[in-house]
Amino acid sequence: MLDKLKEKPTVRPDYRVIGKPVARHDAWGKVFADTKYANDYTLPGTLYAKVLRSQYAAAKVLSIDTREAAKLSGVEAVMTAKDVPHNETVTRFGQTHKVGGFEGLYRVLAEKKIRFRGEAIALVAAKSLAIAEKALGLIKIEYEPLEGVFDPVEAMKPGAYRVGEDESNVICSYKVRKGDIAEGFDLADVIVENTYRVPMVDHAYLEPESGVAWLDDDGVITIRAATQVIEHFRGIADVLGLPHNKVRVIAPMVGGGFGGKEDITVETYLALLVWKTKKPVSLTYTREESIIAHSKRHPYVMKYKTGATKDGKLVAMEAELISDAGGYVFLSPWVLLYSTVKATGPYDITHVKIDTHTVLTNNTFSSANRGFGAPQPCFAYESQLDQIAKHLNMTPLEIRKKNYLHTGDSLATGRVLEHAVETEQTAEKAMEALGEPSKPRSPREKIGQGMASSMMSYGRMTFLHDTSRSYVSLDLDGSVTVKCGVQDIGGGQASSLAQIAAEVLGVPLEDVTVYIGDSALTPLAGTTTATRQLYMSGNATYKAAMAVRDNLLSKAADILDTAPENLDIKDREICIKPDISDDPDRVLALDDVVRACAADGLQLYNVAQFNAPARELIDFTTGQGQVFADFTFGTHAMEVAVDMDTGKVNVLKIVSCFDVGKAINPLSAEGQLEGGALYGLGYGMLEEVILDKGNTLTPSFAEYLIPTSVDAPDVKTIMIESGGGVGPFGAKGLGEPSCVSAAAAFANAVADAIGVRIYDLPVTAEKIIRALGKI
Amino acid sequence: MKTYPVEIKVNGEWQKAEVTARDTLLDLLRDHFGAFEVKNGCAQGDCGACTVILANKAVNACLTLALQANGKSVTTLKGVGTPDHPHPLQQSFVEHGAIQCGFCTPGMVVSAKALLDNNPAPTRNEIREGISGNLCRCTGYNKIVEAIEDASLSVKNKSRREEDA
Repeated sequence: MLDKLKEKPTVRPDYRVIGKPVARHDAWGKVFADTKYANDYTLPGTLYAKVLRSQYAAAKVLSIDTREAAKLSGVEAVMTAKDVPHNETVTRFGQTHKVGGFEGLYRVLAEKKIRFRGEAIALVAAKSLAIAEKALGLIKIEYEPLEGVFDPVEAMKPGAYRVGEDESNVICSYKVRKGDIAEGFDLADVIVENTYRVPMVDHAYLEPESGVAWLDDDGVITIRAATQVIEHFRGIADVLGLPHNKVRVIAPMVGGGFGGKEDITVETYLALLVWKTKKPVSLTYTREESIIAHSKRHPYVMKYKTGATKDGKLVAMEAELISDAGGYVFLSPWVLLYSTVKATGPYDITHVKIDTHTVLTNNTFSSANRGFGAPQPCFAYESQLDQIAKHLNMTPLEIRKKNYLHTGDSLATGRVLEHAVETEQTAEKAMEALGEPSKPRSPREKIGQGMASSMMSYGRMTFLHDTSRSYVSLDLDGSVTVKCGVQDIGGGQASSLAQIAAEVLGVPLEDVTVYIGDSALTPLAGTTTATRQLYMSGNATYKAAMAVRDNLLSKAADILDTAPENLDIKDREICIKPDISDDPDRVLALDDVVRACAADGLQLYNVAQFNAPARELIDFTTGQGQVFADFTFGTHAMEVAVDMDTGKVNVLKIVSCFDVGKAINPLSAEGQLEGGALYGLGYGMLEEVILDKGNTLTPSFAEYLIPTSVDAPDVKTIMIESGGGVGPFGAKGLGEPSCVSAAAAFANAVADAIGVRIYDLPVTAEKIIRALGKI
Repeated sequence: MKTYPVEIKVNGEWQKAEVTARDTLLDLLRDHFGAFEVKNGCAQGDCGACTVILANKAVNACLTLALQANGKSVTTLKGVGTPDHPHPLQQSFVEHGAIQCGFCTPGMVVSAKALLDNNPAPTRNEIREGISGNLCRCTGYNKIVEAIEDASLSVKNKSRREEDA
């Protein structure tokens, strides 16, 4: 179908809305404070909920006594595991297609064994937040602390403390095998071998996890929550033992997601309390709760051994990646699979041996986070490449140019890259924009430059048989309505659908209204995760709008006595294409044609489903097969100034260059590249959730530091538009790819400045002066 | 718990409420006055999402006690401008693509307004300093800084035009 779109472009390429830096349709509501986020919505008689969380990371719960709390005046419900109809459900990975092997236990409330500090044990709903808080203090829990295990490498050892009940701590392992690794290292003239560590990090969206829920007239539990996945309505219904159509999830505009609102947050708790009290209930996490108790990005330990010939060709890569999943499985198997496929980076390597494992520990659980397993190995393979370059007296750009994959080449998994691969061009342009190194401002200061490239998939794994649906209709006055169950988490997910519909139907952007994020009323469009919405729902919206357009043009062709392919729609007029005729009388107003269609009973709406190309499950013993539809390729380049006495780093320049395929809205696309660069820079420079035996020592933004406006300069963005993506109009996805290589580029720049390499993120001033031997 | 009366001018209108000694200005604005444009991102003074102008100074509403604001004037995002009378900052934030998820926007625009009220033509570095208490996770700050810079020129030109008239 995609090929057909490309061969037969029926929307003329002199786009009127696509590719224009238009103001996003949602921006006005946000700037005038009319947008209501999850916690800005109240109903009469709303109760306030709080969650009682474990004080231990590993413990047995001996008893829970809620009697005093339940007696407190104003308390309407206290619930523990025994009050949850189906407290344990198994999440199957994939929306529509069951795949074997990995099933994650979703336990709503802890019952016997605590697996991480902050695990939910009890829920309270009360007439005020103060009463709910007081009630939490009245719940008595008797614990028996257990030893726990907090290091994934330790947790893998035989005889290690068991985090779960019966299951092994090792959740799953993958392999990639290409060629013969021993032969590869025999061919190598230089071999570099190191162990890298990356920390646990937080999504740090400004809006904490939040929602309000109520029982609707027809007995439907309705949950309005900050979520990336309205389709959790099914899992929530399963917990309650209700039919799926008795739970409805609405996603309002979400105040940032980054993967942290991909798993269920407040939704199930709200549903349970509404089910129990029959009253509206509101629940918003505190910032501390968000950092301590909700998902994180996986910390990894990564051993990399990389071999190259003396002319810089990569001939061997052997890697072992171990990820710390924390207390529960959640999306760890998939995050690890992403890391496995991307462990070699955007490089052609002759012999490859990759082994990966994800392991339960008693740390805070990890799951999806922007980049989904790609930023971790990127830091390792890009650090390795710079060290090989140094051995061979090559520049970082030179060695990379000898090894970049191009269109038609294969990944180590055997998958042939049939779409646009412009990594080399992104690298050249990024380094050119970085320019000559600045002059140090003092004798204490050293300047360094670094680069890093990456590949990141957009769209879900192909064996999940991913789909999205969108509805497009024309009203009698020519205005356009799009209904699509996307969740808008700030990336312009809804606005780009409006642009696509406006382009196809020849109306101004302001004539399009978009309804999103309602599991009962908008066609289901899948998750706003995996950088998939522009690709999936963009294509679905395009398909639906084209079907409406076809009806319009066939009616107009009848009236004008011509063929539909001779017609174009623009500026709310249907005219004959200028290369066929420029007769100004043969122009019809769009709304006249719409009314003519309506009079004839022609369909003025369409619901289209887009199916991603599907593949069979890959061979997990060799990693051979196709996991992703396509990748986005790009390069970050940075320049830093390091104070050699204090270790303080100033970032002087950041360049982000990506092949975006086609920028549907250049402002939004640049926004992804700029924001992604800082998200990745934070990972390289600042961010770390520090844990001591499972206890979070950084539970606020005063301790967990994300970049502020004074921590980095302007990001210089360069967009290459190859048109070679599988999204609408040849677009690629940017949300996740835009952050992947920034931390690695920062670390490489610091290593260039100080002449010593730091093997664990974040690269802090303390680590720098330690590496320099000054403390 | 003992309560005290407070009276505060919110976006030009005097409003009354009964608060406890521990209620913050954030609690007062959101829970009593329904001013949901004032966002709660951390309630600890770390993120700036609840920034309002109190007696001509940008403050974190979560670090200000409701009683401290008694008798004073507060400006939230809704007081900065309206669809009929947008502030140049609001126009500029939209046109520059400075808004993604929008959750930091109310605090960010209010901080920017306080900055421009005190320094109508700031340098880019002064702008970056001026909003350094407002975290944004989406944009990387580029477009926010551009939007403020652009609005500052328009504010300056406008005041010059008014002087000329």
